[in-house]
Amino acid sequence: MGAMANFRKSIIFSVLFFYSMLLVKTLSSSPPSSNLQILTAERRIDLTSHIVRVYLTLKVENTGEAPAAEVLLAFSPAQFDHLALVKAAAAVGKKKKKTYLPLEVNPSDHPDAPNGTKYYSISLLKPLGKAESITLEILYMLTHSLEPFPAEISQSESQLVYYHDSAVILSPYHIKQQASMVKTPTSKVESFTRVEPTDRSGTELRYGPYEDRHPYSYSPVIIHLENNNAFAVVEELEREIEISHWGSIQVTEHYKLAHAGARHRGIFSRVEYQSRPSISGVSSFKHLLAELPPRVHSVYYRDDIGNISSSRLRTNSKKSELLIEPRYPLFGGWKATFIIGYGVPLQDFLFESDGGSRYLNYTFGCPLSETVVDKLTIKVVLPEGSKNPSAKAPFTVEQSMETKYSYLDVIGRTVVVLEKKNVVPEHNVPFQVYYNFNPMFMLAEPLMLVSAFFLFFIACIAYLHMDLSIRK
Amino acid sequence: MVAKTEKSAVDLLKSPGMTSLFKSLKLKTKQQELLIRVTILFLVYVLAFITRLFSVLRYESMIHEFDPYFNYRVTQFLTQKGFYEFWNWFDSESWYPLGRIVGGTLFPGLMVTAYLIYRTLQFLRFAIHIREVCVLTAPFFASNTTLVAYFFGKELWDSGAGLVAAVLIAICPGYISRSVAGSYDNEGVAIFALLLTFYLFVKAVNTGSLAFALASAFGYFYMVSAWGGYVFIINLIPLYVMVLLITGRYSMRLYVAYNCTYILGMLLAMQIRFVGFQHVQSGEHMAAMGVFFLMQVFYFLDWVKHLLNDPKLFHTFLRITVTCAVGLGAIALGVGTASGYISPWTGRFYSLLDPTYAKDHIPIIASVSEHQPTAWSSFMFDFHILLFLFPAGLYFCFKRLSDATIFIVMYGLTSMYFAGVMVRLILVATPAVCLISAIAVSATIKNLTQLVRAKSKASHSASGKGTISSKASSKGSLDQSLPFQRNGAIALLLGAFFLLSRYAIHCTWVTSEAYSSPSIVLAARGAHGNRVIFDDYREAYFWLRQNTPPDAKVMSWWDYGYQITAMGNRTVIVDNNTWNNTHIATVGRAMSSYEDEAYDIMRSLDVDYVLVVFGGVTGYSSDDINKFLWMVRIGGGVFPVIKEPDYLVNGEYRVDKGAAPKMLNCLMYKLSYYRFGEVTTEYGKPPGYDRARGVEIGNKDIKLEYLEEAFTTSNWIVRIYKVKPPNNRW
Repeated sequence: MGAMANFRKSIIFSVLFFYSMLLVKTLSSSPPSSNLQILTAERRIDLTSHIVRVYLTLKVENTGEAPAAEVLLAFSPAQFDHLALVKAAAAVGKKKKKTYLPLEVNPSDHPDAPNGTKYYSISLLKPLGKAESITLEILYMLTHSLEPFPAEISQSESQLVYYHDSAVILSPYHIKQQASMVKTPTSKVESFTRVEPTDRSGTELRYGPYEDRHPYSYSPVIIHLENNNAFAVVEELEREIEISHWGSIQVTEHYKLAHAGARHRGIFSRVEYQSRPSISGVSSFKHLLAELPPRVHSVYYRDDIGNISSSRLRTNSKKSELLIEPRYPLFGGWKATFIIGYGVPLQDFLFESDGGSRYLNYTFGCPLSETVVDKLTIKVVLPEGSKNPSAKAPFTVEQSMETKYSYLDVIGRTVVVLEKKNVVPEHNVPFQVYYNFNPMFMLAEPLMLVSAFFLFFIACIAYLHMDLSIRK
Repeated sequence: MVAKTEKSAVDLLKSPGMTSLFKSLKLKTKQQELLIRVTILFLVYVLAFITRLFSVLRYESMIHEFDPYFNYRVTQFLTQKGFYEFWNWFDSESWYPLGRIVGGTLFPGLMVTAYLIYRTLQFLRFAIHIREVCVLTAPFFASNTTLVAYFFGKELWDSGAGLVAAVLIAICPGYISRSVAGSYDNEGVAIFALLLTFYLFVKAVNTGSLAFALASAFGYFYMVSAWGGYVFIINLIPLYVMVLLITGRYSMRLYVAYNCTYILGMLLAMQIRFVGFQHVQSGEHMAAMGVFFLMQVFYFLDWVKHLLNDPKLFHTFLRITVTCAVGLGAIALGVGTASGYISPWTGRFYSLLDPTYAKDHIPIIASVSEHQPTAWSSFMFDFHILLFLFPAGLYFCFKRLSDATIFIVMYGLTSMYFAGVMVRLILVATPAVCLISAIAVSATIKNLTQLVRAKSKASHSASGKGTISSKASSKGSLDQSLPFQRNGAIALLLGAFFLLSRYAIHCTWVTSEAYSSPSIVLAARGAHGNRVIFDDYREAYFWLRQNTPPDAKVMSWWDYGYQITAMGNRTVIVDNNTWNNTHIATVGRAMSSYEDEAYDIMRSLDVDYVLVVFGGVTGYSSDDINKFLWMVRIGGGVFPVIKEPDYLVNGEYRVDKGAAPKMLNCLMYKLSYYRFGEVTTEYGKPPGYDRARGVEIGNKDIKLEYLEEAFTTSNWIVRIYKVKPPNNRW
């Protein structure tokens, strides 16, 4: 009986679901307009690091009657999942006086897109009129898009990876003329799919030019290349920024670092590693560079079991560079967790805004160079007694609030938590946290200490002057 | 110190330019003395703490050595899971596949103390890590020990001796060696508990106060909860009572103190699971019980004597009663031992009474360096001038014999004997040596200053009269005593201060040079005088923690067991809690067998990784090759297949070409020297030159069949090998 009832229920549910899907389909926005066409498209794919950077130059023309306010960028579902960042700018002016105006880019949803294509829409500054054209410069970055093959290598082998993409640019628009250039880190390319005309010279691979491709043209290519760069991925990074109005900001960063390249197989031989560094463990990495703000002080580098003595700090007036060396070299699949902490002067990062409130202006993202952060959590610990916190970041982040108790806290400190997935070095831009703070609260903790000591001395005096014995 | 305070007090009184305001604020002499005493004690308290911080300043705030890592791990567990979980903790990460019931096999005092300190600080909103608490527990308790030493010294002699004792113990290297910051071991709190128990007991004996006896019982309880050395208390106190009884110093005070302390202390101690019913069942605790019954017999006899009022009759009665009592006691002990109700003495106890016992019977105890008999040099190193002041103090004690001084004399003499038997027991002797030396210092300086002051007073009062008469009078006074007495006293005083300042310098030097190294991180001087740090242990442990499967089993010699579980977070086969000799012998056997035989043993133990410590590249001498003979001995003790002579050539232990063939092919040799033959360690030496032993190794072509190298640290100090899975059969 129960099974029957369940079955009926599920049927009803699926039918309802089907109808609701239909409803959504009819209600959703119209299919991408095909009034636009792309005159020329040039794509440069940079595979030199483990973060794939793609530079796209599009010349878009409006062939329809209605003005177009947005241009769509199409991505295959696999690429869309690995997209870390999409930036677009409009080129204005001729040749030498060319300037770039940044444009707003947002993911946009079109459920009826063929083969599950996903879109980003670029909002133009002013709608493109009939027969007008505009040049767009687009940069997007893909993480975890180089798939190691073979997936496991030994210490003496070098690391080979697959890169999947399409020879022609995926686009909802007709493309008249296009070409793609792929830059590889070394001239060693095992194999690549040929889609004529295809040309290879040195570290560059050229697909195209192709003429008159229809919307949604796609011709998959696989490039099998050597890439021995550090595949440094921070699986989780938690940055805690604690503000003290007594003059310092304390930053603590918890890293979970991993080598995301081909997994290490078999033995690790120290003899080989020490005596033949050029051919042994070429895909492994030994140290990383962290770029810290200028005027940092009390920098430490440690992990769960103590201080790690192998780090170097160089400071100058522009920036500080911390060269950190994990306890052991990281081979494919090896992990290391560690903590970096430092203090920075308050006046460099905390400002007063016009409304009388204060705001922290600090860099988002991960200070390590050329690393991907899978999950970044930033916790801004505001001083005790601060009110109305709000955060402002140049891209979408998840926000929440917490309370933290630190030294001598009574009511606890408000913590603004910002979370973002898939962070690349290009996310290292300032974000702001606004809050109101009454400076009187600064005195609370010293006063507490003073009164505690005062009471202690009073108690001592009282004890010495009182005779508590029962006998007289 | 005392002389100084008195001097400054005199200066204060005499200083001529005192304003009226100052006069009104002027303290009474007694108050001044109190102020000075409290100030000195406070300074000593701070000194005892900060002198132990060298290791934190030189290295970092970290846990040292081996055992402290277990304590730290347990404390972390306690803070995360709470007390009940801790009490019922079955640790499956050690002694694989046996496991260890942690709650029932440790002394929880230290961990609970650190936990309570941590909770208190958390409650007061001091957001510090449990590690900092653990690192600073020992220095904190050392500071508290100085306070107890002051009160004890005051009880034994006078407050001057107490102050001197506090200063001496605050910086005595014998105690510092076990209580520097980071040395998070049972001894850190146990010495405090030991001294506190003794002080409270002596106080109880002196006053006959039930309250002090009760406090002493609680002190004993704390001691039992903290360290196995409580056996010393439970044997020393009865011995002391025995001596008092024999010397005819029996009193009601003693009766009250001993009975209350013993009964309550015993009941409280039974609450510690690791100790359990040992107080009534173990041979080591029987002396206390015997003395307890003897006390009752004494009390009974006293009562009968009071009733009879006839010496002759009483003597007959005495003879009968004592004979009966002793006979009954002997029979009870005999029956108890024979029936197995009372367990015989343990090996460790025997090895204390007979220094040669462990060497012949228990190699695992003899293999630990801190269980070796003490060399004269280490007495000098740890006690310095106290070694000479100790007999002088004994002289003063005998001169003014009382219940209290008899106690300290007995404590001093017995603990000195034990210190001679085992290096680590210098620690137990240190408080006694400090107290007795303090008596010597204080008494000497007091006598000398009295001499000096008496003379100066005499001359001062004489100076008012005419010059001729004053000369005469001073002559007259000089005639009464020895010539140049005053000058002699001043010279002696200066000599004493010189010695004491040498002591202070020596202590600071020893602390900073010898006792502040964490032994996890090794530091050496580089070619250009810069400090080179070898952090290989943590490199290897952290690699294990991050890059091996979470359920991997690691086999290593037992020394590294605690560190691997605490820092590497992986299961180990044996660790520093050497409770199962057979298991350790199995590991010893695997290490000293050929690779194929060892493979079978490792498969049977489900071992995934093997970890060895190797100092051939850096010249680090306490590595596994140098410990290897102990593995052979311990392994051979259980498995007669392993014979020590197989690894020796003409009774000599070598690793070069002339080494025994079994040595050159055993697992330990292979794992230590695998591919070492390709490395040139020192300029001008052939490849494969072992710097720790100063020879070129004998077997440079080592092939491994069943294991593969998994990780070697940057200075080769730790090498980890992976045990290969068995081959497919088809």
